[in-house]
Amino acid sequence: MSISIPAARADFPILSTRVNDHPLVYLDNAATTQKPQAVIDSLRDYYTFVNSNVHRGGHTLAVRATDMYEAAREKVARFINAAHAHEVIFTRGTTESINLVANSFGEAFIQPGDEIIVSELEHHSNYVPWFELCQRKGARFRVLPLTPTGELDPDVLQSMFTEKTRLLALNQVSNSLGTVNPLETLIPLAHAAGVPVLVDAAQSVQHLAARDVQALDADFYAFSGHKMYAPMGIGVLYAKESWLEKLPPFLYGGEMIDQVSSTRVTFAQLPYKFEAGTPNVEGAVGLGAAVDYLNRFDQLELQAYEEDLLAYGIEQLRAIPGLTLYGNPRHRSSILPFNVEGIQHYDMGILLDTSGVAVRTGQHCTQPIMDALSISGTVRASLALYNNREDIDALTRGIRRVMKMLRR
Amino acid sequence: MQTTAEIAAQISAEFSLLENWEEKYDYLIEKGQNLPDMPDDLKSDEHLVKGCQSSVWFVTECREGRLYFQTDSDSLIVKGLAALLVELLNGQPAEAYQNVDLSLFDTLGFWRHLSSQRSNGLTAMVSFLKAAAEDCAAHHGA
Repeated sequence: MSISIPAARADFPILSTRVNDHPLVYLDNAATTQKPQAVIDSLRDYYTFVNSNVHRGGHTLAVRATDMYEAAREKVARFINAAHAHEVIFTRGTTESINLVANSFGEAFIQPGDEIIVSELEHHSNYVPWFELCQRKGARFRVLPLTPTGELDPDVLQSMFTEKTRLLALNQVSNSLGTVNPLETLIPLAHAAGVPVLVDAAQSVQHLAARDVQALDADFYAFSGHKMYAPMGIGVLYAKESWLEKLPPFLYGGEMIDQVSSTRVTFAQLPYKFEAGTPNVEGAVGLGAAVDYLNRFDQLELQAYEEDLLAYGIEQLRAIPGLTLYGNPRHRSSILPFNVEGIQHYDMGILLDTSGVAVRTGQHCTQPIMDALSISGTVRASLALYNNREDIDALTRGIRRVMKMLRR
Repeated sequence: MQTTAEIAAQISAEFSLLENWEEKYDYLIEKGQNLPDMPDDLKSDEHLVKGCQSSVWFVTECREGRLYFQTDSDSLIVKGLAALLVELLNGQPAEAYQNVDLSLFDTLGFWRHLSSQRSNGLTAMVSFLKAAAEDCAAHHGA
């Protein structure tokens, strides 16, 4: 059963706090989202009633903890429609997920002279691991450029594939511009050229209903819990079973082995081969609770609500004289990147905070985009399901107030 | 010339009259705006202080054991903080830089308010000035 989206605001206790004598207006959701009571309760309950290490000891609590951990994996698998739960690897977050692939895939498949393509729209965490891999292996690092509207051009991508191309890494939604990349076009193009695709879904999995990894045919799909209403320190790497079978482990240690002797080590089956050490059980439980929470909504309705709010935000920001909104993609999700003429983004952020409005300022870990736009940074307001038009109005009121303060 | 402690007390007294964050920032920004702009040709990488989200430049000059500096930033808030450093330290003997009491920024509240951010340049600015003052003292001594 789906629940009303505006009513969901009440599920997030932190949203009723006050900041600097003003009600909190939280518009930094691309950095991290707030947590619903159901997620907070799941952590408290886990430590109050369950806590034990997983996959060991036959005692009752250890079995319960293992069951909860594996149930969370099942929930995530269904959420992204993975073919198998063991295609879901728990990591610390998107960054670790991508580094895992860069290391394991790189170790197994990248030779000198090979090519890896990333887009200019990438967060540093989907850029630097590939750059460094290419440096280590003597491979060629290639960058698919942005168009003037802040999008990617499928024809340009098509022209970049060679018989040496080994991987395409790109995001589904840009954390800096909010561009929604047309994966339904780009992934088939890559596959037709024999190139597997890693998708950074850190800014999309919580906003877009199009998170069906089988429909997208993504080879790798990485995201973080904390940007989708779950705790920090838990993330996911989805990979097709066929890839996970072929990749060597990333980390070695307990939990991930089958047999160990002084002459021979064999590795555990999937997914444990990629989960060395005691995992973040609490985080996985919280992520499972966040998936349950998101499943209470009709996913298309949720996306439509957020897109309507984004459209309102764009309209309201464009009405402010001297304000530049960056990027003009056909499809944008959740991100409002802007600057106001004559006002440094840092000053705007600090001064908005004095009226309780939380935004992020700077380069957003996307220096290549800032270079392409020839700017030093932006103010970024980013939306989540609990935001509403009053939040946008508070933002625009705040901007106008800062403009008055700084222009005299 | 007043000591840094005397100047800090004066600045504290000025800020104590301000009632809320908006007024405090207003005043800080005014301090920055009253600072002369640095010529563009001095805003080079050589004079850029790293460790801030905004760009901030310092040009220092050592004369007879005293360190003088001019500064600018593309952020009016950072320029305001830099302006407080100018009031506090510009032209002071190099030794005064090493012992400077930064509790002023605590008193004003800006330290707490700004330093939780990686982007706050205050620490980086002070380290830069201390290093320049150390050079100045060494050369003067030699």
